[in-house]
Amino acid sequence: MNTFRAIVFSSVIAGFVVGAIVTVIQHFGTVPLILRAELYEKAAAHHDHAATPDARDGVAAAHSHEDHEHAEAWEPGDGFERNAYTAAANVLTAIGFAMLLAAIFAMRSGNAGGRISWHEGMIWGLAGFAVFTLAPGLGLPPELPGVPAAPLLSRQIWWVLAAATTAGGLGLIFLRRSLPASIAGLILIVLPHVIGAPELDHVETNVPAALSHQFVVAVTMTSLTFWFMLGGVTSAVFARFDRDNPETLPG
Amino acid sequence: MAHTEATHLPVTASRVSRLPQSLMAMMLGLFIVGFVGFSHIDVVHNAAHDVRHSNAFPCH
Repeated sequence: MNTFRAIVFSSVIAGFVVGAIVTVIQHFGTVPLILRAELYEKAAAHHDHAATPDARDGVAAAHSHEDHEHAEAWEPGDGFERNAYTAAANVLTAIGFAMLLAAIFAMRSGNAGGRISWHEGMIWGLAGFAVFTLAPGLGLPPELPGVPAAPLLSRQIWWVLAAATTAGGLGLIFLRRSLPASIAGLILIVLPHVIGAPELDHVETNVPAALSHQFVVAVTMTSLTFWFMLGGVTSAVFARFDRDNPETLPG
Repeated sequence: MAHTEATHLPVTASRVSRLPQSLMAMMLGLFIVGFVGFSHIDVVHNAAHDVRHSNAFPCH
């Protein structure tokens, strides 16, 4: 199997496995917190004067006004349909990230015999966690629905900047292994945080701070689990598909 | 010396052919993540809503 096929096939398999597992974890970890925050979000939208509604009032308000609020665009119905789309999006995201990892494994095991072990794969997964969760999350903590934030595009640009500079910085530090490269790498990692993530001057929300904090912990731990699994599974499956790759065999 | 060169040549060749394929796969992966997690299309946003929040991608 050639390199591109080995990367794509192993990523699809790893993506399905890890995406399915992480969907189950989210179902008990992050999703219940999102649903609870949405009660506050919807309650606030319809009872502006009620700053801290009781959760039970929130349920009533959410259901009676649900149809009006999102009339503009299609959205999956609550329950099975919504969970199914969440699972599909998780699998796709996992496949996409697995392709990044498998591509790195292919580049680093270029010559004959060199294989990335599942253990090394997990270390690369940890790097993915640092790049895609930790670094962007420091400036833009995981956010619940109903918490106002700076304009979407500005946050997305900063998010991508933080991920890119952290990836570049870690690469300079751990792959170059020279003092000037390490210093440059550290500067790169710190840079987006010196610039600062876009934020609103004044944030007013009725989503309780305790719920938001719980969500940050749940997202971070789910993501850490996701990246460890993705690194390990992708490297193991990729090594198997890549075993008989003529492009890696000498002669 | 001649022996060393003979064993190193194919290695170099394989790295050259592996690199563009790896980079292509990387771009495909980034495109998929970008489409699912960063799309401004309402329908895509709504379908992947809980995943965007759970992955701490900027949402709304």
